[in-house]
Amino acid sequence: MAVSKFETKDLVSGCIFVAAGAYFALESLTYEIGTAFRMGPGFMPLMLGTALSLLGLAIAANGWNKPDSEEAPVWPWRGLILIIGVIVFFGATIRGLGFVPVVLVSSFVAAMSSRLNSPVFAAMLAVTLTVMCTLIFVVGLGMSVPWFGPWLPL
Amino acid sequence: MDIIASLGLGFSVALDPTNILYCFIGVLLGTVVGCLPGIGPTATIAMLLPITFSLSPAGALIMLAGIYYGAQYGGSTTAILINLPGESSSAVTAIDGYQMAKRGRAGPALATAALGSFFAGTVATLLLAFFAPPLARAALNFGAPEYFALIVLGLLVSIALAHGSILKALAMIVLGLLLGMVGQDIYTGQPRFTLGFRELYSGLNFVSVAVGVFGVAEILRNLENEKERDVMVKAVKNLWLSKDDIRRIVAPVLRGTALGSLLGVLPGGGHILSSFASYSAEKRLSKTPEEFGQGAIEGVAGPESANNAAAQTSFIPLLTLGIPAHPVMALMVGAFILQGITPGPNVINDQPALFWGIIASMWVGNVLLVLLNLPLIGLWVKMLSIPYRALFPAIVLFACIGCYSINQNIFDVYAIGVFGVLGYVLIRFGCEPAPLLLGFVLGPLLEEHLRRAMIISRGDPSVFVTRPISATLLALALAAVIIAVLPGIRRKRKEVFVEED
Repeated sequence: MAVSKFETKDLVSGCIFVAAGAYFALESLTYEIGTAFRMGPGFMPLMLGTALSLLGLAIAANGWNKPDSEEAPVWPWRGLILIIGVIVFFGATIRGLGFVPVVLVSSFVAAMSSRLNSPVFAAMLAVTLTVMCTLIFVVGLGMSVPWFGPWLPL
Repeated sequence: MDIIASLGLGFSVALDPTNILYCFIGVLLGTVVGCLPGIGPTATIAMLLPITFSLSPAGALIMLAGIYYGAQYGGSTTAILINLPGESSSAVTAIDGYQMAKRGRAGPALATAALGSFFAGTVATLLLAFFAPPLARAALNFGAPEYFALIVLGLLVSIALAHGSILKALAMIVLGLLLGMVGQDIYTGQPRFTLGFRELYSGLNFVSVAVGVFGVAEILRNLENEKERDVMVKAVKNLWLSKDDIRRIVAPVLRGTALGSLLGVLPGGGHILSSFASYSAEKRLSKTPEEFGQGAIEGVAGPESANNAAAQTSFIPLLTLGIPAHPVMALMVGAFILQGITPGPNVINDQPALFWGIIASMWVGNVLLVLLNLPLIGLWVKMLSIPYRALFPAIVLFACIGCYSINQNIFDVYAIGVFGVLGYVLIRFGCEPAPLLLGFVLGPLLEEHLRRAMIISRGDPSVFVTRPISATLLALALAAVIIAVLPGIRRKRKEVFVEED
């Protein structure tokens, strides 16, 4: 995916910084900027956002004429999707399903994001982790969360 | 003498049975995560922050500090036995330590690392006790311009010492500063960059950001290319050092301690830099430099002492100025704030028991670490055989549960995911996450002091150069950047940081 004459790493990270800087700078224009004497809420973010965009441009420019020397590592799609999925699932269901089922499912899915883990190993790991986490967090540290949540007919 | 009475107070706190227990838990956990490659003290402390909420302030901070310097010990075990730095600062130890292990001298290498670290830890703790009070007194005279200058110095020095591209490190800091500004403006209450989410009015949760960029991002990176690691040394025998070994390590340990204590105070990964600096110093001073890389015991003794000394002295800027020198210290700031204490020059007067208790506990922790590391070495060797694929699901779970339990806020959990992906993408494209976190913590402070300074000076920016302390600090900051971009130093940085993670 290299754009022939740029180093991919520099080009992509530069673009991310330009985009982030532009967002912060533009958004801060909607706040009161103020003066150097009495700075408004928009003053610092405007300056820093502009600086970030310029730095991003410089980083991208720095990659000019440096074709990629090494092969880019593969994207860990399976891990990305499953692990982010686990985090979202945890947040979405912790109140409804309760601690034990959420941790059980989350740890099984998280374990499956490694290609080296078999489903049996993942299931064993999930049970162990659930017992451990329940003991540490709910029993030991008194975290206020139900073992089984209101969504379950128990 | 004042200092003796103060240290007495400190030891009375540190030797309290509950605090010894917390200290023990801290150094034990630190050793565990230090040993295991792929999970470091930063992620661990971030995950445990919420738990410490229910402890006493002294207990909480003693435990978290223990994790940090405990990890410096644990990291060397992994470096020596499997040639993988368990913790980034032990990367140099792997060079000669692993060679020693290959020649059946794993025992002496581990003993050297532990004893060197213990000596360095003891000296650095004393230095901390001597230098922190006068520094804190000086800091009480600091006004807004001085604080602003100090933060700028901290941020810029951390770039000079970070590895990789300077431009990228600078951009990561600025991005961190901007992320730190999310939430209500301190002066006007205007909500900024909240994307309409009410949950963001109090700012992004620090723990979510830290766990995301250090924990989850690191897991994703490890999933790129999975392989099993193997432990070459199954059992370690004969921990004793011969007379000849002892003679050879005395000078490197002393030099490493001095170097580490000095560099540790500097912002931005002082413990990593100090171990590299010590290694190259030992190599240059040695009569037999060709032995380095082939299992020279000096190459283990120097860097290990240096990184442990630096780990202790990096508490100086935090305890006296309230300025974190690197991400782990930034987490410690978070821990202080969770306990309702603002870290800074006032801690020593307002909370003397806490202040001296933390310092004394570091020495207690070092004793515990020697006891843990040498006799129990067999246990750590066994632990190295736990595969990463069994560990990372636990890290993900602990991260979610920990973040959720701080405020029972689901939004904090989603933030881990967002920052995990952002952190991973940035790491993938060659940007180190540490400066981002430092910027994130210092962002609000930087803005507050800048605005206050400008109000005091009625909008005149020359206030920063006409006040002597702030002028000096800013000049130092400028010097740090200039030195970092000089071609000679640039080449050197490349060599120095080439081995790192």
